Amino acid sequence: MIRLTTPITEDQIRQLKVGDEVLLNGRVVLSRDMGHKFMKEQKPEWLKPILENMVIYHCGPVVKKHEDGHYSFVAAGPTTSIREEPYQADVIDTYKVRGVIGKGGMGKKTSEGLQKTGAVYLHATGGAGSLLAERVKRVVDVKMLEEFGSPEAFWIIEVEDFPLVVTMDSHGGSLHELVAQQSQERAKALMA
Amino acid sequence: MSECVIPTLTSSEVVQSKSVLPAGWKADLSNLKGLDLTQAVLELLRRTTSRLPQDVIDALVKGRDAEEEGSRAFNTLNDMVKNILLADGHVTPLCQDTGTVIFWVRHPYGLSQVAVKKQIREAVKLATQNVYLRPNCVEALSGKNSGNNMDPFHEGHPVVHFEEWDKPGIEVAVMLKGGGCENVGAQYRLPDAALGAGRDLKGVRKCVIDAVVKAQGQGCSPGILGVAIGGDRVTSYEKSKEVILRKLGSKNPVPAMDAFEKEMVSDLNTLGIGPMGYGGNTTVLGVLAEEMFRHPASFYVSISYMCWSSRRLVMKIDANGEVSFD
Repeated sequence: MIRLTTPITEDQIRQLKVGDEVLLNGRVVLSRDMGHKFMKEQKPEWLKPILENMVIYHCGPVVKKHEDGHYSFVAAGPTTSIREEPYQADVIDTYKVRGVIGKGGMGKKTSEGLQKTGAVYLHATGGAGSLLAERVKRVVDVKMLEEFGSPEAFWIIEVEDFPLVVTMDSHGGSLHELVAQQSQERAKALMA
Repeated sequence: MSECVIPTLTSSEVVQSKSVLPAGWKADLSNLKGLDLTQAVLELLRRTTSRLPQDVIDALVKGRDAEEEGSRAFNTLNDMVKNILLADGHVTPLCQDTGTVIFWVRHPYGLSQVAVKKQIREAVKLATQNVYLRPNCVEALSGKNSGNNMDPFHEGHPVVHFEEWDKPGIEVAVMLKGGGCENVGAQYRLPDAALGAGRDLKGVRKCVIDAVVKAQGQGCSPGILGVAIGGDRVTSYEKSKEVILRKLGSKNPVPAMDAFEKEMVSDLNTLGIGPMGYGGNTTVLGVLAEEMFRHPASFYVSISYMCWSSRRLVMKIDANGEVSFD
């Protein structure tokens, strides 16, 4: 088990390999479909200090707003990452992001982006909304809440021992590609 | 590393004590015009979002115990079980994606569908306010979120199917269908030359295998597959969702379909996709299939993929107005 705390250096990231189990600590920034389209097309400067050497989490949480105005996460598992495939590599490069958390894995373009910039794809257990929300210690801030709506906003949170598996590393390795290939071969045999 | 969790949900007494329905609430079916199901539907949603059906939990545990202890597949399934217990204990959503909210209402003659639809919509609004549901309804083009799960254009969401039946009681079934698993559903038109799938059960089998391989872990495997054979494009897809309401492990009343379901489960679990697509022996928890009529020229196979967090529940109101959840 590897403990990592954000911000993360490129050197730390380059040491990670597919299959490594990671407990992540520190700040994480949530973003999904609208955020990624926005980052690729508009490249807002104000996000640079928020994202440099940080980790993006593909997640649209269930959020509770308390009477005093502060927020907490009630359920916060990953959403399917492949929808960000057209944007992810550019976002990683523009903002020097060191990690992307999601589920289901990503494609070739993202893998190339991870290798070029020095970043990893970290897999969280999909559907484990309660379990993962327990590891979110604090909602620090939220950006674009009005514009995007709650599931799509840039929530900035602090996590503690957030359980993840490296499924795509910065050396071209991908567990998803491997499982896909093996299952396709097996499917061929089943259909023969 | 993961401690092996034995799942025991909170008792029905505890669930009952947290109910939003007043103790001893009964529906007065002698006065269908005055019936208000809003709070009952809210209770249905509260339970559905936080508690998985026992048959789904049993299937997950069976899958976990068939994986090698300490393997990633085992640990992932064990985390799923832990999540189930946490959500149940806290009465919070199992998953942040509380899905498209789909209802099936069966009711006797004399109940106003207009009135019940209003009550269901009100219950969904309240459930969103109570944080049982995430606001999941956005304008298609702008992505603007209505904030309360109401379709901003018409009354398309929540989805409500009505059927009048020849019984005195009422049944309201609900399914929370997540977006990730909805995206990996598929519809095939047989014959399919690329798959080498003809217009027979062997052809259907190829479609199911193809859909599961294409889905990989993206629908949050191990999934539950609803398979409709026949129909038109719309009724076929609709049926493929409705069949997911059936309990896992229950027998398909049509022997040929029952055999097909069992064979599919064992074949699909040799694909090696595993929980979340990490590899492993548990790729699906169940296959639920139904044959329909079709137009002679069309042969559709529709597949709805339900994630492992298969949130479905039926509220039954019997002839005496007693409410139960199953």
